[in-house]
Amino acid sequence: MEFSGKAHKFGNDVNTDYIISGKYKFKTLDMKELARHVMEDLDPDFYEKVTAGDFIVGGANFGCGSSREQAPLAIKYADVGAVLAKSFARIFYRNAINTGLPVVECDTDLIDQGDELKVDLSAGVIENKTKGTNIPIKPLPGVMIKILNDGGLAAHFRKYRGFNFD
Amino acid sequence: MGQTIIEKILTKHCGHEARANEIVVAQVDYVMGQDGTSPLAINAFHEMDGQSIFDSSKVAFVIDHSAPSPNEGVSALHKLMREFSQEKGFHLYDIGEGVCHQLIPESGEVGPGSLVIGADSHTCTYGALNAFSTGVGSTDLAGGLISGKMWFKVPETIKFVCDGTLPPGVFSKDLILYLIGDVTADGATYMAAEYTGEAITAMSQEARFTIANMAVEMGAKAGLMDADEKTFDWLCRFTDRKFTPVTADADAVYAQVREYDVSKLEPQVAKPHQVDNVAPLSEIAGKPVQQAVLGTCTNGRLEDLRIAAGILNGRKIHPGVRFIVAPASRQVLLDAMAEGIIQTLVEAGAALVTAGCGPCVGTHNGIPSDGETVISTANRNFKGRMGNSKAEIYLASPATVAASALTGEFTDPREFIK
Ligand code: SF4
Repeated sequence: MEFSGKAHKFGNDVNTDYIISGKYKFKTLDMKELARHVMEDLDPDFYEKVTAGDFIVGGANFGCGSSREQAPLAIKYADVGAVLAKSFARIFYRNAINTGLPVVECDTDLIDQGDELKVDLSAGVIENKTKGTNIPIKPLPGVMIKILNDGGLAAHFRKYRGFNFD
Repeated sequence: MGQTIIEKILTKHCGHEARANEIVVAQVDYVMGQDGTSPLAINAFHEMDGQSIFDSSKVAFVIDHSAPSPNEGVSALHKLMREFSQEKGFHLYDIGEGVCHQLIPESGEVGPGSLVIGADSHTCTYGALNAFSTGVGSTDLAGGLISGKMWFKVPETIKFVCDGTLPPGVFSKDLILYLIGDVTADGATYMAAEYTGEAITAMSQEARFTIANMAVEMGAKAGLMDADEKTFDWLCRFTDRKFTPVTADADAVYAQVREYDVSKLEPQVAKPHQVDNVAPLSEIAGKPVQQAVLGTCTNGRLEDLRIAAGILNGRKIHPGVRFIVAPASRQVLLDAMAEGIIQTLVEAGAALVTAGCGPCVGTHNGIPSDGETVISTANRNFKGRMGNSKAEIYLASPATVAASALTGEFTDPREFIK
């Protein structure tokens, strides 16, 4: 899997309330509608600024807080290609993989706002085209690669009628 | 080499020895979803070609986050949940019954040694009953509903040893806020917390729930405690089922052991906009408050309401404060009525709202205005959490919230607790 786009930088501890506020998530299952409000409390114009394939680049503990799956889904439906962070909160991390949103652990201090990036998941490397540098990626656990490759947990279940990691 | 509590529970549920950092697929004993997460899980269930539920006696949905429904969008989602649970034949707790994390323990279905997944991040609360319970998302929930199983990375454990005696006017909420401030919001990410020591043993079962509830606020997957007589006394009110306690081996391996003496702890607050932004209350004493909230899955239990009523008894709250009280469950509400606690709180000026999540997550029941300051017994103070990103939320104990509602400013409850 390969993605190219621009970096949109955020800080540490971006929680799921910031990603998509509780006041919206309870109203609808329309993810396109939720996507319009993604990251709104941190950057009111985020949805307008993002172009398909761009990256959200966070610091440590990205996605902490609630278990709302609307958080990775709203990011995905805003056409963000992947989320890059130094570390992720565990429920967000699971939810992202389950819903097919790539999440990448790496040293995001090496990326600035607006940098042009190429993320190559299989090669395990990010090319920072703006800076001309390469950033290594922390590999995903095998189970998660399997779920991502199957196209998310729902597709995995359709295929195997349950969990199958053998 | 010995095992931690969570390694033992996972070993029992996956059929082979589970050790930290392995990935296991384990049987679950109970599966729960609430109204913010279940509608998406129903979608995922259909996407997975799900037909039936693995065991309808081990599943519940709870309508608590936006209950009663504040608008037609929410009503449609609630209806979807009601129809799905009826069709699949499992229990749904409807509006007014309470917060999921109070109802599941009260159901008697969960106890020492249980393994529970819930599509809500504070599912870790049942760790206070010596269970491994953890939050998952909607797609995981759907997988659990269909298969009765879940995959887990067996977490490493941080052991918190809390010795000494909490001073009068200082509560389990102050302790857990202090611990979170100390380890920080991601200090226990991907790990489990075990809480032990004299201070935990001395606590009531209700006070212990507050500690386990906030494990996720340090990033932890679970927050576990030993079961003792208090645990079983609490449980036997709701079930006569027999549970076997799970204890850590003396030679269990921990990622860290952190020791604390709680004897000098003061009342604590978490300041905006992070739960680990913790300070002694004295640092902000005197700052005006516009809204005070007593309730939530952290501190909406009988003991919490009783502590607040003890401070407010015969007094009136400050005219500049709105004081919102949401009991954690209908049972808590009934017990508090029987004890005269509700009478005391309402006479003092409380606005009583439906048993459930109350204003905790900003969907209804008391959204603050721009620039306002809220003091709440909840577990999160993120910007916008209560529905307005221009309001400031501080977290504190029920005693501190009651004392501050009374004076209209952040107030040390020890002034009222002799
Ligand atoms: S009371 Fe608050 S934290 Fe607890 S389950 Fe409800 S919304 Fe979540």
